[in-house]
Amino acid sequence: MKGPRRIEYLERDTYRQRRYRDAARALPVFATILFFLPLFWDWEAGTGIRPSVLIVYLFGMWLALISLSALISYLIRFSDGDSRDSPTEGDDR
Amino acid sequence: MISFNLLIVVSLAYVAFLFLVAFAAERRAKRDRGRWLRNPLVYTLSLSIYCTAWTFYGAVGYAARSGFEYLTIYLGPTIIMIGWWWILRKLVRIGKTQRITSVADLISSRFGKSTVLGVLVTLLAVVGTTPYIALQLQSVTQSLAVFAAEPGSGWDGRDFDSAAVWIAVGLAVFTLIFGTRNLDVNERHHGVVMAVAVEAVVKLFALVAVGVFVVWGMAGGVGEMLDRIDAAVIAEWHPVPHRWVGLIFLSAAAFLTLPRMFQVMVVENSDEKHLVTASWAFPLYVLIMSLFVVPIAVTGLDLLPEGSNPDLFVLTIPLTTGNEGLAILSFLGGFSSATSMVIVATIALATMVSNHIIAPIWLSSTQQGAALSGDVRGVIVLSRRLSIAMILMLGYLYFRLSGGGAALAAIGLISFAGVVQVLPAMIAGIFWRGANRIGAGTGIVIGFAIWAWTLFLPSFGPGAVLSEAVMAEGPFGLAWLRPYALFGITGLDPVIHAVFWSVFFNTVALVMLSVLTFPNPMERLQGAQFVNVFEHSAGARTWSQGAARAEDLLIMAQRIIGHGEAQEMFRQEARAQGIHGYLPEVTPELIGRLERTLAGSVGAATAHAMVGQLTGSAAVSVEDLIAVADETAQIVEYSNQLEAKSAEQERTARALREANEKLTAISIQKDAFLSQISHELRTPMTSIRSFSEILREGEIEPEARSRFAGIIHEEATRLTRLLDDLLDLSYLENGQVQLDVARGSLASVLDRAVMAAGLSAGRLVLNRDSTREAVQIETDLQRLTQVFINLISNAAKYCDAAQPELTIRVLDDGDLCQVDFIDNGTPLDADAQVLIFEKFSRLADESKAGGAGLGLAICRQIMDSLGGEITYLPGQGGPAFRVTLRRAAQLAAQ
Repeated sequence: MKGPRRIEYLERDTYRQRRYRDAARALPVFATILFFLPLFWDWEAGTGIRPSVLIVYLFGMWLALISLSALISYLIRFSDGDSRDSPTEGDDR
Repeated sequence: MISFNLLIVVSLAYVAFLFLVAFAAERRAKRDRGRWLRNPLVYTLSLSIYCTAWTFYGAVGYAARSGFEYLTIYLGPTIIMIGWWWILRKLVRIGKTQRITSVADLISSRFGKSTVLGVLVTLLAVVGTTPYIALQLQSVTQSLAVFAAEPGSGWDGRDFDSAAVWIAVGLAVFTLIFGTRNLDVNERHHGVVMAVAVEAVVKLFALVAVGVFVVWGMAGGVGEMLDRIDAAVIAEWHPVPHRWVGLIFLSAAAFLTLPRMFQVMVVENSDEKHLVTASWAFPLYVLIMSLFVVPIAVTGLDLLPEGSNPDLFVLTIPLTTGNEGLAILSFLGGFSSATSMVIVATIALATMVSNHIIAPIWLSSTQQGAALSGDVRGVIVLSRRLSIAMILMLGYLYFRLSGGGAALAAIGLISFAGVVQVLPAMIAGIFWRGANRIGAGTGIVIGFAIWAWTLFLPSFGPGAVLSEAVMAEGPFGLAWLRPYALFGITGLDPVIHAVFWSVFFNTVALVMLSVLTFPNPMERLQGAQFVNVFEHSAGARTWSQGAARAEDLLIMAQRIIGHGEAQEMFRQEARAQGIHGYLPEVTPELIGRLERTLAGSVGAATAHAMVGQLTGSAAVSVEDLIAVADETAQIVEYSNQLEAKSAEQERTARALREANEKLTAISIQKDAFLSQISHELRTPMTSIRSFSEILREGEIEPEARSRFAGIIHEEATRLTRLLDDLLDLSYLENGQVQLDVARGSLASVLDRAVMAAGLSAGRLVLNRDSTREAVQIETDLQRLTQVFINLISNAAKYCDAAQPELTIRVLDDGDLCQVDFIDNGTPLDADAQVLIFEKFSRLADESKAGGAGLGLAICRQIMDSLGGEITYLPGQGGPAFRVTLRRAAQLAAQ
């Protein structure tokens, strides 16, 4: 199958939209990394991290990610023009 | 003290309120097509059925036991939600365009509408979800028990099981009313969704209320609370890496594959844009839900006596501190969590069971049995209702038989791990076109088996299903098959261990078999539609609502086998049913016949899947079948069109080529004819002109003058004859000649011809057999005479023998009569035999011929119009012509 013709250079607006989509794609990756981060902390009882720090870190991070996601949701135009991300996906033998 | 009756009254009032909300939502939906209900907030809130009673009550218990690990259950879904662009967006779009009714339908539809896969996933979902429903029933009875245990509750607390029965019955009634109210093709249940959304608000509010009470009411603020946490037992907690990672993965995967989540997220989704809002609003919801879990746990551990059930801290803290209103609110929160989960899960499971198990069985049984006039719709509604009742009964039975308690509490994650077996097939299905049915099916079976062996069966407790010996030493002493330590790996937590191995081998089987086997055309078609969903569907299609009708079938059939054939088939079927017109009742016979007919056009597998899908669930409308049919029909039609066009072009080109050749030949003939005719006219004209000039000059002897005048006359006669011949030929060729049919004997015609030929005596010897000439014929005798004259005079003119002889031989051959004219001159060579009948063809330009060379051409035309023919007869020792004529007047076209 042949994908739709790609346009190499885009108008400013379209370009920006695509970058927002990239951001939407990247966000869960960052989220995963950030959620795994506490595993590398020093959990030695007594000397290490206190649980309250984890609470503040996790909930803070969580809230930050939610805010970013809300921002992206606000910026992104969720409609047509999806064709760009598909041709790479659907190549049949 | 809360009287138990008050609690019952409050609960009943709450339930009544939910019924009202659901009714109102259904009414609104019917009136304005649910526009009012289609808002992102309702969608987001409905997603909150992820938070069941297990999380409402259980999260606190979890935190009390395992510290912050409970957060993993929320972090997984958060990653999925904020990563909506990757998976959810695609799932929702596929759900819309393919009109998916359940997670089993998704997998079945993706892999070639496979019935087997549908059944597999359905069984998996039932096995995975039933314990979870039991867990909800348990949590409600337990919370009731908490109130009952309070002094002065007025209840002896004897019969919690009957309470569970009543709860199950109540839930069944609600689900039956609102879950099967309309066989909406979208499987959208406005009433249920609205009730779930309301319950979402209630449970969030309840948990937050308890949390606020604990943090600000008891601890005295955030700072104090954090200090308390650091001082609590929880402080010794540290994350176990494999559990942390594994549980986040598990919850993320379960979020996608849990039947109830798929139901609210994909099936009930009315607008893809709602996903955008939910992408941040749902994580926010679960954040708030989990925010106060640790404070409540820590407070509970401080406040309540050793050994109290931490799962019920949410209830017991307010009760102990005397906040009865808060306790009731908290109870309603837990009640909401439990009921909404059970309702949605039951609907999702019932859809699967009725579509993928009951309907196919019903269909196959009725096809074999007597001819039933099948009301598919009614059967589906009934089967769905039965499924709902059955699933709730299963949940209740599981609750009773397992005896509740800790074993049941652990079932949450076990249940997650079971349904997660669908994940590899789901993800591969929407991202990898190469994934096929065999791979997906085998993967699910293997994953399911490993899950059952390593987690589900051991979960019943040692000795219950698997003996302690098997747990410790493996089956038959095979240590590497020990349920909690496959391949001798002992360091993992049982849940993570099971999830890892089951999903690993599931995926390996999926990939390997998909690589090694070949999908059928339907799978490939569906695969392309799923993976490339954004290319195939510009936007979500709006589906007209309604179940399978004969008209839909007719439309579908028409699109595949063509209008004429489909209409004829339906008309016949209708006539057989005694119905006038084109629309018969949808009966098993019709479907069977339709399937067979369609198989002729699109192949048996596709036809079976199409018709099977249609009859397998009446709520699945025909449009999705049409979508497939359309695609197939479009491809077929397109290629047919191309073929037809190219064939047509070829035909046109050939016709043009032929026409061109004909025109060229005609043009050449015309040129030849013109040059011939001018030559023929010129020769006598030249003589006439020159002799008339001589005569005009005078002074010519009378003898010479008379000779010259004779020549002029002779040439003028020749010209006249030529023009006569031309005219004659022209008439004959245009078929304008009038035939004068009469009876007569052939002998007399020949006699006349011989006389008219004006043979000079002794010049040509005629050989005739008068006895054979006595044949009666019926034709235009004049014209026939003309032909004979021509032939005889030709023989006289051209015969180059010393003693010319002409043999006239008549052969009476029944219907046909042949007259041969054979002279003893030099035979014609092959080229001449062909040319001799053409205009102006003369064998040698012997002046004695004196004709224009039109004689034989005229003869041929005459014979044509008489329905006979004249041909050259080779191999007779001299020039020979055969005239074939019919004895009876069967004249050719005039």
